[in-house]
Amino acid sequence: MRTWFPYPLLTTVLLVMWLLLNQSLAPGSILIGLVLGMVLGWVTLKLHPARSHLHRIGRAAGFLLEVIADIVRSNIAVASIILRAHRFPANAGFLTVDLDLEDENALALLACIMTATPGTAWLEYDRRQKTLLFHVLDLQNEEVWRGTVKRYEAALKEIFQ
Amino acid sequence: MSHLTDLPTWAAVGVCSLLLLGAAMTLIGSLGLLRLSNYYERLHAPTIATSGGTILICLASMLCFAVLQSRWIFHELLIIFFVTVTTPVTLALLGQAALYRDRFEERNGVPRKHKPESEKSTD
Repeated sequence: MRTWFPYPLLTTVLLVMWLLLNQSLAPGSILIGLVLGMVLGWVTLKLHPARSHLHRIGRAAGFLLEVIADIVRSNIAVASIILRAHRFPANAGFLTVDLDLEDENALALLACIMTATPGTAWLEYDRRQKTLLFHVLDLQNEEVWRGTVKRYEAALKEIFQ
Repeated sequence: MSHLTDLPTWAAVGVCSLLLLGAAMTLIGSLGLLRLSNYYERLHAPTIATSGGTILICLASMLCFAVLQSRWIFHELLIIFFVTVTTPVTLALLGQAALYRDRFEERNGVPRKHKPESEKSTD
């Protein structure tokens, strides 16, 4: 079973996704979905993804709401900066933060969150120094931005480790 | 599109305002590409379109088809998911390309790369 379906969960999710996208339960759709899930499972095996274990799903839900609130807030903030850019040039700059997240999936999630909130752009993560270089559009207060990243980091650490 | 007339007024108002807000966000994102002055600042402008714009327009579509009950709202969730997951790749790639070039040309205002001790001695 393991040789055919190296990632059973992934295969199941892909099958369900395929059926929902096609909105049919015809045998043909199920067959294509199964083949798709199997082949993509093999491809994933070749990619050697890092496995991580989720703890505290309840904390993850709270964190999701926190992130959504931040996304809304930063969208409005960046929109107003762009609209006022003629009169008040943006005060942008680089920032570095020390991160001690080990988990690769947690780092990837952090990159997604920082990109989804406009105003912060993930530039470079130094694996040896464990520092993250990012660019901020509105550099009013460096400590606030560092605090935000640290807050995300703490939550991700709680969820992943 | 005759079946769109089945949409009740409250839903139509909601769908329209979400759609217009999303379009406005996307427009502001494009405007940012014009207005912001340097490359790293301009990196932020499209992310407003990919997060705010996409989410609002997908929410409008979800509301519309949920009220009409003509189709599952699963597609929009997938769009939001994949856009959110794939944008960081492009953004980091563009940012790193710019950083690499600026460091190579030794421009001012660009943070230097920290070299570990072992590589410093060989330089």
